Amino acid sequence: MRPLAPSLDVSIALIAIAPFLAACLAPLVQRFAGFYAGWILAIVPASIFIYLLSFVVPVSAGHSVLASLDWVPDYGLKLSFLVDGLSLVFALAISGIGTLIVIYSGAYLKGHPHQGRFFAFMLMFMGAMLGLVLADSSLVLYGFWELTTVTSFLLIGFDHTRQVARRAAIQALVVTTIGGFALLLAAILLQQATGVWELAAVPPLVGGAGVQAIYPVLLPLVLLAAFTKSAQVPFHFWLPNAMEAPTPVSAFLHSATMVQGGVYLLARMSPVLGNTPAWQVALTVFGGVTLLWGGIAALKQTDLKQMLAQTTIASLGLLVMLLGIGTQTAIIAALVYFVAHALYKATLFMVAGAIDHETGVRDITALGGLREKMAASFIATFFAAIAMIGLPPTLGYLAKEEMYAPLVSGALANIVLLLVLIAGNGVLAAIALALMIKPFMGPLPSLPKTPHEGSFGLIAGPVILAVAGLAAGLMAGLFGDLLLAPAASAVAYQPVQNHLALSADPRSPLFWLSMVTWVVGLAIYFQLDRLRTLLRRVDAIVGWSFDKAFDAAMFALIRLSAGVTRSWHHGRLELYLFVVFVMLALAICGPLLALGGQPPLPAFPTLNLAEWGTLGLAVIGVVTVLVAPTRIFAILALGVQGLAVALIFLLQGAPDLSFTQFMVEIVSVAILALVMTQLDLDHGDPRDFEGRLRDGILAVVCGGGLTVLLLAVLANPFDPRLSDFFSKNSAALAHGRNIVNVILVDFRGLDTLGEISVVMAAGIAVLALLRKRKSAAQADATPDAKAGKA
Amino acid sequence: METALAVLVGLFVSVAIYLLLSRALIRMLLGLVILGNGVNLLIFTAGRLASATPPIVPAGLSAPAGPTANPLPQALILTAIVIGFAMFAFLLVLAMQAYRTLGAERSDQLRLAEPEPPPQPPLSY
Repeated sequence: MRPLAPSLDVSIALIAIAPFLAACLAPLVQRFAGFYAGWILAIVPASIFIYLLSFVVPVSAGHSVLASLDWVPDYGLKLSFLVDGLSLVFALAISGIGTLIVIYSGAYLKGHPHQGRFFAFMLMFMGAMLGLVLADSSLVLYGFWELTTVTSFLLIGFDHTRQVARRAAIQALVVTTIGGFALLLAAILLQQATGVWELAAVPPLVGGAGVQAIYPVLLPLVLLAAFTKSAQVPFHFWLPNAMEAPTPVSAFLHSATMVQGGVYLLARMSPVLGNTPAWQVALTVFGGVTLLWGGIAALKQTDLKQMLAQTTIASLGLLVMLLGIGTQTAIIAALVYFVAHALYKATLFMVAGAIDHETGVRDITALGGLREKMAASFIATFFAAIAMIGLPPTLGYLAKEEMYAPLVSGALANIVLLLVLIAGNGVLAAIALALMIKPFMGPLPSLPKTPHEGSFGLIAGPVILAVAGLAAGLMAGLFGDLLLAPAASAVAYQPVQNHLALSADPRSPLFWLSMVTWVVGLAIYFQLDRLRTLLRRVDAIVGWSFDKAFDAAMFALIRLSAGVTRSWHHGRLELYLFVVFVMLALAICGPLLALGGQPPLPAFPTLNLAEWGTLGLAVIGVVTVLVAPTRIFAILALGVQGLAVALIFLLQGAPDLSFTQFMVEIVSVAILALVMTQLDLDHGDPRDFEGRLRDGILAVVCGGGLTVLLLAVLANPFDPRLSDFFSKNSAALAHGRNIVNVILVDFRGLDTLGEISVVMAAGIAVLALLRKRKSAAQADATPDAKAGKA
Repeated sequence: METALAVLVGLFVSVAIYLLLSRALIRMLLGLVILGNGVNLLIFTAGRLASATPPIVPAGLSAPAGPTANPLPQALILTAIVIGFAMFAFLLVLAMQAYRTLGAERSDQLRLAEPEPPPQPPLSY
């Protein structure tokens, strides 16, 4: 079907963008339209659906439609979209079911204070999902993939005041983001190997050495992405928890969207990665295990939504399995099953929501006798359930026949797969029977609310979808020609002829396999209560689940990050300082030792008496600070070393420095002495001998290293250009004779302004600290004063 | 003199670091002042001690007649002295307040923001 060149139509990019625009307006529409907001907002997905219908005939004739907008032209990145058979089926399901879900949401969340926000999230999610299935560039696909993750997080956690909802939202986010990251890696790898971002352009290049070389890495990455999104064991646990979302979200996420993203990815990558033993084994094994796992888990549940969620896992496993088998018939079976499942699962979820909404109960053992009170819901459930069981003339029946067809041979692998499929379908049939019979038949128990039929908005969706499932089954030939054959051609990457037709031929083994399935389903249905008790007992004995493991992993991660943070951000000043000075020692000594440049040993200095005197004074002062027995002694010694430095400046031609140093030193010593007489601070060195030795060595290494570094600097010639510039231009340009002062206030005037600002800031900070003390002291004093008066 | 000052710089910095690592707030303050002086001397010495004549242009001339002391490090150090003093004043008051409000006279007693044992991270959703 590929030979026809794709036609260009930029408007298909709008399909993905329109829901986002609608989402921006949704809260406003909800505020002004109130109850009718659902109906008004449903116009957007409905128009998308109708617009997409206009592509059905050209696509079934072998055309595909391409849209490409420049994104980052320099890197050849384009926002490219593609409508072919596969994306059309998914996009129709998303927009069609989405329309009904939006209407349903309007009725279901009537009067909810955040209904506008809900609509916005829902439409954003729909846009992300449409973008995902319409994207051609793998990067665009990845972008929308992550958008579905983020928006589903918002939807699942919509009821954010409940902890379970928050947990479910975080769980879905974490699990699917892991897959998203894998998808990004896969997209980049694939582009590196083939040189193109556009997925439609990849299949002809698959034979090349580049793709073959990366295949062992690419396949696990794509599978990780698809399996996390599509809830395959062992990543399945987030899906049942996502039931914490309002029911419209569950109905949408689990029928045609979110979880089908992974199935879509596998179908889309099928021409690139498929038809290898690794692909077939991985998909059939994971899919088969997931099918059985979901089926068994569904048997344990009594909550309507939980039963549906677990059967969704089973159905996803079934789809993955079929894509793994990968023959033309299996691909058609997968697509028929996808459509049938989307229709009946959305119906059943919406009915479950309506029952919950109207009776206040979701437990299947507490419900019964609703067939007359909720007649329309019952009819919708009935049609959906016979599709789920796979009875003719529904799409479900066709799907089941198709999935058995490629396996009817004597090969051992096929027999195993067939047994898994029959067991899985049998469980699904049993659950469908339970969903159809238990809430509606029998006597009416006492319920928290008086049951009555839901409002029009609540029942319109399920009824339409159930009828659509039936109609598609009855018109299987047309349905197959128009939608399924082109989609299957895109997955198989070769023309696939439709051969769907409703028939029941007792001579065919398929007929008898279907019969066996129904018998298994009936048998399980009659033993449902006993099986449930048994399975729950097994669960209690195991006492471990993937769900609990997720918590353990998350908490371990939090503890680890807290531990790492604490080990580096411990808040111990002495350790911070120690690290800083170790780094200083390394920075000084490392290059000196590694790069050479050690200075020659200098000659012993020949100095005059005044110079020896000042140096001696400095040494005495500094050493006395170190060994002073009392605080005052140390403070005075500090003054001595400061004055010695001032004298050195004076002797070496720096009178300005000298005067400033004198002044600062005197003021410092005076303040320090005054403060210390007020406080009873301990002057002693609290370190033990080892601590002193360690710090002493570090201090000597730093100081000694600095001396050597300085000597190395002094051994090199001095570059006087900058100093000469200031000396020559001080009088000429700035009209000042004191060159140091001219540098400060003229040449580097802005620096000095900065310096003054720092001093001012320090002054303000000092003032604030002192005031705080005063007010605190007053607060302390006031009660005493009152007490004194009393 | 340059060699002698290089050795003096090493002594100043060593003593300063030793004091800064001592954990006693008052010794840390003293260490900070000495570190400032040591670094000032480092800059001063690195600018060479060419002449003892202050860098001043005599009246009537447009540039100093003979060699003078290097004016550039002097300008840098002048700034550094003032800023060092501002920082000293601020840290002094800070230490004073730490002692008055927390009763802490050692840096390892300042644990108000990092209590012992450390609080557990929130293990819920």
